[in-house]
Amino acid sequence: MEFLLVLAFPLVGSLVLALFGHRRGAAEINSAFSLLTLLAAAALTLTIVASGPQLLFSEQIFVDPLNVFLVALTAFVGFTTSLFSRPYMHVEHDHGKLSANRLRLYHSMFQLFTFTMLLALTTNNMGILWVAMEAATLTTVLLVSLYRTAASLEAAWKYFILCGVGIAQALFGTILLYFAAEKLLSPDNALLWTHLDAVKGSLEPAVMSLAFVFLLVGYGTKVGLVPLHNWLPDAHAEGPTPVSAVLSGLLLNVALYAVVRCKVLADGALHSNLAAILMMGFGLLSVVVAAFFLSRQRDIKRLFAYSSIEHMGIITFAFGMGGPLASFGGLLHMTVHSLTKSAIFFAVGHATQKCGSQLIERIKGLIQLSPMVGWGLMLGTLAILGMPPFGVFTSEFLILTTAMRLQPWATPILLLSLGVAFAAILGKVQPMVFGEPTAQRLPHRPAMVPVFMHLGLVLMLGLWIPPYLADWYRQAAKLIG
Amino acid sequence: MQFASSLILQFVELVTALLLAPLLTGWINQCRAWLANRSAPPLTLFYRQLAKLFEKEVVLAANASSLFRAAPYIIFACMALTATIVPTLSTALPLGPAADAIALVGIFALARVFIALAAMDVGTAFGSLGARREMLVGFLAEPALLMVFFTASLISRSTSLSTIVATLGRSELTIYPSLAFAGVAFTMVALAENARIPVDNPTTHLELTMIHEAMILEYSGRHLALIEWAAALKLYAYSCLGLALFFPWGIPQDTAPTSLGLAALSLIFKLAIGGLLTALIETLSAKLRIFRAPEFLGTAFMLAVLAMLVHLLLETAK
Amino acid sequence: MSGYPALPVYAQTINLLAAILLLLSFAMLGQRRIISLINLFMAQGAVLFASTALVAAATNQHHLYWSALITLVLKVFLLPWILHRLIRRLNVKWDIETLINIPTTMMIGLMLVIFSFNLALPISALAGTILRSTLGIAMAVVMLSFLMMITRSKAVPQVIGFLSMENGLFFAATSATYGMPMVVELGIALDVLVGMVILGVFFFQIREQFDSLDIHHLEKLKED
Repeated sequence: MEFLLVLAFPLVGSLVLALFGHRRGAAEINSAFSLLTLLAAAALTLTIVASGPQLLFSEQIFVDPLNVFLVALTAFVGFTTSLFSRPYMHVEHDHGKLSANRLRLYHSMFQLFTFTMLLALTTNNMGILWVAMEAATLTTVLLVSLYRTAASLEAAWKYFILCGVGIAQALFGTILLYFAAEKLLSPDNALLWTHLDAVKGSLEPAVMSLAFVFLLVGYGTKVGLVPLHNWLPDAHAEGPTPVSAVLSGLLLNVALYAVVRCKVLADGALHSNLAAILMMGFGLLSVVVAAFFLSRQRDIKRLFAYSSIEHMGIITFAFGMGGPLASFGGLLHMTVHSLTKSAIFFAVGHATQKCGSQLIERIKGLIQLSPMVGWGLMLGTLAILGMPPFGVFTSEFLILTTAMRLQPWATPILLLSLGVAFAAILGKVQPMVFGEPTAQRLPHRPAMVPVFMHLGLVLMLGLWIPPYLADWYRQAAKLIG
Repeated sequence: MQFASSLILQFVELVTALLLAPLLTGWINQCRAWLANRSAPPLTLFYRQLAKLFEKEVVLAANASSLFRAAPYIIFACMALTATIVPTLSTALPLGPAADAIALVGIFALARVFIALAAMDVGTAFGSLGARREMLVGFLAEPALLMVFFTASLISRSTSLSTIVATLGRSELTIYPSLAFAGVAFTMVALAENARIPVDNPTTHLELTMIHEAMILEYSGRHLALIEWAAALKLYAYSCLGLALFFPWGIPQDTAPTSLGLAALSLIFKLAIGGLLTALIETLSAKLRIFRAPEFLGTAFMLAVLAMLVHLLLETAK
Repeated sequence: MSGYPALPVYAQTINLLAAILLLLSFAMLGQRRIISLINLFMAQGAVLFASTALVAAATNQHHLYWSALITLVLKVFLLPWILHRLIRRLNVKWDIETLINIPTTMMIGLMLVIFSFNLALPISALAGTILRSTLGIAMAVVMLSFLMMITRSKAVPQVIGFLSMENGLFFAATSATYGMPMVVELGIALDVLVGMVILGVFFFQIREQFDSLDIHHLEKLKED
């Protein structure tokens, strides 16, 4: 029941907003639906925590500790983003950047995007997972191109083509997976993850290794793993800021979740560590390349987009290493990155609106223009850079210490990249926050509640992980193996 | 006795080729005329032209060497030989064992070399131009032709044309996707090799485009007749090759008179259809610029290679 | 000769159709005119429909009839119609420009075919279906479409390449596994259709912004 609501609210929301999204109060409706989704997700989480994994709708839906935690996270960030987007989009509308019809499209697609992500997370069918991921691509293409400027169209086109090709690889991987499973399972069950998981030991290794490579490349494109990351900075920079926040905070997570599900199957079938090596390799490459690209960025949103690539690399690396501790660290990092990065994008959104530009050199002295935005950006930046006592520090510490034990060769590379990233980002953000202001104060009040709510949670996770949450992570980490 | 009768048979096949070849060329010209809504020349036109040319005096350039005079005979002999060894009426003929696919390509190449040499012999600009173009086409067409033969050879495990035809003709209904590719490639090569549209146009003397005609401008009288006849024989040989490889039905493996008669009938029938299709292709396509020809033949080569790959993938599965 | 003629006639026919599919992919790769490109795409859809229907009839898999029907409606009628309409409305009939010349592209394509045949060989050996050998062809079609997307500089041919890639994937699904479960196929078809519609809208906007559909104009977003 809770589950049905989790999927129904955003779907209904998107339909309602497709009709009324241009009216006054559409932003409030948007937030209301996101809130309802969040409540349903919370209820679902409580049920799962109380009664264990569930299979629903003739096994098409599967909710276990791994994905329910992501469902909750998705619903939460979705809700806070909708809170942030209300004043943000209002300003964009006032500036004449968006017409009422565009707003309708935005609101409707925002809900639909939430729906596709929740569907991708909860489905038990690897085929439906693909369909949901593709649908998520399509909705975000529309969101990225919302401004219909030359740059945003280019970003959306690039996004569509690259992710389209990537996702086609994933489809081929899915076909191969089905092909491997078909001999062991009946056609109706052959794509159901739970069934695949049960027989994973006897899946044909030759097929499975090829299938995993295709799936990793395919979904990895959406995760933004280097060298398949080209779309990501453009899409983040050219779309509206709330979209950048959900792209970084949620979509990348969901894509990574798909990769992890596939890795579980591949590990079981392959009896080798091909999957682990591939994921660690891609992860490490992403961390290194993204870290060195950071210092060359002139656009604030591109800067943080590259930071997202870097963090996705860290998480991929952690899941690649495997083992309870690394997976625990990876899951924690997923959570804190998602919260911190969306908080940063909220702050960045307000900052760019105040200064009327996304260029780093044009944004100066935020602390004087608006102390709240300035502090939000500064604290968020410190958090994402892994300063204690924020949660990112905890998770990175966990991952690094595990790496030191399991893959000692990788630790210096990781540390070096983190150092480079630290210098690059802090060096760019500091003048933005503390420099001499150049812009005028704007009349709109920023929505700072989501920013500080997120940062507060990240701080809490750094100081103290509630026991039930830790327990939950442990269960999920055990599932990943 | 056995030997004598088979020799006679071989002779019959040669005579059939010599007689049918001008008819085929005439038939294609007639079809082209119909398709272009022109009144068609009579089928016998080519024979009459040959007869007329044989009667005429040979005019030689002052600096023509003996090579120039010998070339028509060599070319004619080559083409007559190919037309004889391609299995048309039966696969069990004395020259059958000589009908090796690779040897066949060699004979074609020999004729090509001589016609090109003869074209350059007199030293006119057109001759050299034609020779150059002919060698360019040949250079690209030959590998493609070889690849087509290799595909057929892979299927039948032999490079002997008699064996290939026998194997393909014998097996009950089997679809070879590779042969579909090879067939397209072969058609393209055949069009190019026989100076047909879209690579060359046998009916024009436009210096910008002509290939074959440019090479034989200096010939006259019986020399020209032999070369024209050889060209007709080449077309006939290619047509029969195509039929033998891709439509091998109706070619008997014995030498009984009744089966030979049936074979002759089916051959004429298939040639008639083939000629009509050739005319159709020629009418429907436009002549390519000369520097597009490499692309055309490159495509043929690629298709032939694909044919081989497809054969290896689809048709060797255990 | 050993082994091959033992295949039943329908399997041979499907092999032939697979070969034609590959041929069409090459034709698309070498095609310069955009209208012909759409027609080739349509022909590809038709061949796909024929092979799917044949597999359905031969193996008695009822859901395959449905996917054949979807293929027919979507890929033979709907998508080519949308594409034709689009290029008429956009008034783009120019010849296609390629980034690499066509013979080179063809040669690269040939290499890709060899690569995919090699890749598919060990897998097709494991397949239970009699159509297993077509998996290599399906893979080759995917690779060739991919190549087409890379080498074409205009937006419409890129999209046709994308759709043709989907054709190859679909063919892989039918030939290797007798089709995916129905829900999945429906979902895929829906995604393709929606994607196409979105792209159609995009074409107009790209042209409005850049006065051309040449995606060379879409190169402003770069790392400095």
